[in-house]
Amino acid sequence: MKESVRIASGQGFWGDLPNAPIDQVTKGPIDYIMMDFLAEVTMSIMQKQKKRNPELGYARDLITIIDQILPVCVERKIKIITNGGGANPRACRDAVFACARTHGIKGLKIGTVYGDDILPRLDGLRKKGMLFTNLETGRTIEHIGHKILSANVYFGAMPIVKALRQGAQIVITGRTTDTGLTLAPMIHEFGWKQNEWDKLAAGTVAGHILECGGQASGGNFSGDWRSVPDLAHIGFPIAEAHANGDVVITKHEATGGMVTMQTVKEQLLYEIGDPRTYITPDCIADFTSIELSDDGKDRVKISGVKGRAATDTYKVSMSYLDGYTAFGTLTYAWPDALEKAKAADEILRTRLSDMGLAYEEIRSEFLGYNSCHGPLAQKIDDVNEVVLRVGVRSHDHRAVEAFGREIAPLILTGPPTVTGFSGGRPKPSEVIAYWPALIAKQCVTPRVVVKEV
Amino acid sequence: MKVKLLDICHARSGDKGDSANIGLVARKPEFYPILEQYVTAEAVKKHFDGIALGSVERYELPNLWALNFILNNALGGGGTRSLKNDAQGKTLSTALLRMVIDVNESVDL
Repeated sequence: MKESVRIASGQGFWGDLPNAPIDQVTKGPIDYIMMDFLAEVTMSIMQKQKKRNPELGYARDLITIIDQILPVCVERKIKIITNGGGANPRACRDAVFACARTHGIKGLKIGTVYGDDILPRLDGLRKKGMLFTNLETGRTIEHIGHKILSANVYFGAMPIVKALRQGAQIVITGRTTDTGLTLAPMIHEFGWKQNEWDKLAAGTVAGHILECGGQASGGNFSGDWRSVPDLAHIGFPIAEAHANGDVVITKHEATGGMVTMQTVKEQLLYEIGDPRTYITPDCIADFTSIELSDDGKDRVKISGVKGRAATDTYKVSMSYLDGYTAFGTLTYAWPDALEKAKAADEILRTRLSDMGLAYEEIRSEFLGYNSCHGPLAQKIDDVNEVVLRVGVRSHDHRAVEAFGREIAPLILTGPPTVTGFSGGRPKPSEVIAYWPALIAKQCVTPRVVVKEV
Repeated sequence: MKVKLLDICHARSGDKGDSANIGLVARKPEFYPILEQYVTAEAVKKHFDGIALGSVERYELPNLWALNFILNNALGGGGTRSLKNDAQGKTLSTALLRMVIDVNESVDL
């Protein structure tokens, strides 16, 4: 058994810094690289791609990254764990195998995790008594019954652990919790038991710190953003985990960014609810028990983490089609920039109203003035320029399309000194809404397959 | 004395559906009790009048010298439904740092 294991964060979201993974595997020692690709509504996009082409429906960026890092990972025995398999882990794995062949790599074992997609089983599960009531709004599933585009269970670390135990060097999953990607190698390497709740909670806390990539190592840092060195070459965070549950958050030497108590605290607080009850499929972590200490330059130690038994439910993330939106922008210049933008907004609203189309919402914001802080924004009388940004939402596609035709005409038929209209008419986009719910763990079984090329 | 949160705290915010969360961290441990006393859920709800349309919840994390606020119904529907430029509430962190509290004790900034 290893005394410690180094797990590196390679991507914090689908579309993150392209060079981060290659930097993590080449600029210093690591044992694992984890990459998170799935945001709340990503699965519905992938589900659609899969419907059009059965060989798609995963994060294609992952293949570009694997192509870059695979030879180094094989040479240095670095294992790769990712949820970039999205709606189609099988096709993702085949693409990775193809990539390995072009590099002449043989004997590579890849594990895939299936079973998170419950869309085809929804009716049966509802008959069995699963209610899928919306966790946030309390609304019942009947509201969206026929419009559901995807339904995926969030699995935890255990299916990944199973694949690692079977010798997988790469593990590709569909919907898995971000934290599970980091916790799994700890359970595997240290042989943690499924009821060692404090240790599982410690690994989960480490996972929460790693899951947003550079946001733990100086990116988006509000403490003193000017003090962060060389963000151009930011080093993504690394969790140096120990068998007793202690974890040091660090990054490679000679990379930019910084790991301090402050950067780690900001990430710990990111997108959490009740800090005593951070629920994952693996355990419940208590963030109020975390003890942070300075462990040298770019090293922050985490200890004392307390955990409680996991719940008997998984979270389910569903998505459904909920109408259309479109956005238009126009830039107004001094003098009277804000007044002109407001006048243009009034004219636009009158024209939309004259057409008698139904919009659920029309929202106007003034970029450079109040789009971030709304009523809290400081009043400024004489801005140099302001961008009028209007968004509309409707279940009527025609209404949203009609809005798109009304933006450009404002240039020649509205207030003066306006520019910044490019990129053509605003086009309607589908609103893919998110529906979080719960499902009894006994209703779903993760399936793990390990194959060798 | 009047203290602007910007001078004694840093913060990060994000989204969960239509709710935003703001983590507010004291820059020094001696500032934390001041936050606990003055930056109440009620005060934050009032500060975000017109933005946080639902309730505001507060959680304490003295181990991190931090408070966590949940602003319900604050993101115009959240996710892809929201028409806001800041649909994910990423900038609400500094909107909270605009808040001025009137404290009894003198604070050594």
